[in-house]
Amino acid sequence: MLELKNIKWSIPDGGEILKDISLTIPDGQLTVITGPNGGGKTSLAKLIAGLEKPDSGKILLDGKDITDWDITERAKSGIGYAFQQPVRFKGLTVRDLLELAAGEEMSEDGMCEVLGEVGLCANDYIDREVDASLSGGESKRIEIATVLARKNVKVLVFDEPEAGIDLWSFTGLIDAFQRLKKNHNEALLIISHQERILDIADRIVVIANGQIRTEGTKEEILPTLLSDEKGARCPLGKDRKVVTDNE
Amino acid sequence: MNDITKSMLGVISDFKFDFKGAFNIREDSSCAGRQSSPNIQIDSKTDRPGLDIHIKPGTKGETVYIPACVTHGNVDDLVYNDFYVGEGADVIIVAGCGVHTDNEEEARHNGIHRFFMEKNSKVLYKEKHIGTGTGTGAKKIDPVTDAELDEGAVLEMDTVQISGVDETTRTTRAKLAFNAKLIIRERIMTDGNEKAKTDFEVSMDGEDSGVDLVSRSVAKGNSYQEYHSVIKGNCRCTGHSECDAILIGSGKVNAAPELYAGDLDASLIHEAAIGKIAGEQITKLRTLGLTEEEAEAKIIEGFLKA
Repeated sequence: MLELKNIKWSIPDGGEILKDISLTIPDGQLTVITGPNGGGKTSLAKLIAGLEKPDSGKILLDGKDITDWDITERAKSGIGYAFQQPVRFKGLTVRDLLELAAGEEMSEDGMCEVLGEVGLCANDYIDREVDASLSGGESKRIEIATVLARKNVKVLVFDEPEAGIDLWSFTGLIDAFQRLKKNHNEALLIISHQERILDIADRIVVIANGQIRTEGTKEEILPTLLSDEKGARCPLGKDRKVVTDNE
Repeated sequence: MNDITKSMLGVISDFKFDFKGAFNIREDSSCAGRQSSPNIQIDSKTDRPGLDIHIKPGTKGETVYIPACVTHGNVDDLVYNDFYVGEGADVIIVAGCGVHTDNEEEARHNGIHRFFMEKNSKVLYKEKHIGTGTGTGAKKIDPVTDAELDEGAVLEMDTVQISGVDETTRTTRAKLAFNAKLIIRERIMTDGNEKAKTDFEVSMDGEDSGVDLVSRSVAKGNSYQEYHSVIKGNCRCTGHSECDAILIGSGKVNAAPELYAGDLDASLIHEAAIGKIAGEQITKLRTLGLTEEEAEAKIIEGFLKA
């Protein structure tokens, strides 16, 4: 279980991106964070993975304070993180990355299994370099595969896994997330705007303007996610003026 | 053959206990072992130091080893090796070089290799260079390769210099006839105050000839590298050169590619990228559990492996 307690974070020029976020990501559940662009979702994911350090607040993994741990320590402690923008490497192959992720040599069957989860055929990809010769969608799927290949993870964080992925592969990815939910006990956290991902969530957290606007089950959140009838519970964080026929 | 040679041979030419097939081991300007095979004849030159290596037409699947080692200071080894590759032959040539000095005296090897490749012959040429020893004497390797590729011939050069060579100037010149192909994969890593200079000049004179040159280098410490390539397309042909370099510390790289298109149908491309390791690459590998140092090493290893 991952707990965020009163997390605040500002960018170097002083702009406050996250304003007192407290959140629990339970084991065995899929939590989806959604909200408008620029609301702080990716920043939160980076804080969890250790790419950024909070100005204040605590991050606890299974009750242990990991706030001051660096990226490597967090990864070793069981936090997996799939980047929103995949990183390209001249010279490193898909096989190299998967084996680094797994921390051991992988069999072709093992790589086939992991790549199959993201809709790629191992025969076509394992010896390819993770460079600009891959399309955006292929890179994204390999990025996700590097997280799926990890062993002994406790928290898996996927930042907009749907971005750049075709409809058919995305369907497969949804299935993979559902299998993860069903067969494993990791805490799953996905940052997404995608309705089909929101639809498989156990919990949805809406973040806007650096704050949690609302959270709950999909039944509670989805009907009013974009706006409720009067706009009064708009998760975007601004009370919109409701124009009535009488005005 | 002394122990230093044996040790260096293990690195530069995968030597374990012996070589199978044709070989010539050069140690401190002398021959430390030689064997010809029924299809590959190795003879000493009579007019200057070096070898004439004749590969019979149609020879397939054989490997010839011609490593050279300098095992102490105060050696300035110069050798001329000529390879005559018969029509339709398809062979591997392993030509590594190691220089070693444990004192303040210089150890240098200068190998001048000429390739005369007949019609439709094919050669994979593998060359690893290393410098070893605790001496302050400079360790230098200056290879020169001149290749003439006849119709349909293919020369693939896989050259590696990983560590310990204080100075190197690598010169490669080639002329390509109709449908001949030259493929070069060069990898160099320099550190400390090492200097490495690479000069390529390829002239495509036959229709449908092609060259594909990829150089990847890492300049660490205070080392300096120069890369200069000239690709001349004098007819309908294709040329591609790619120079990628990673800088670490105060390493410096000067890349100067040159393309000359002397025909409307010459299609020539050059790509170059020089810079430090991208921070996001380190970060990504750290999210997989590697330390910063492990991530950097892995990125370099992959970069030079490709």
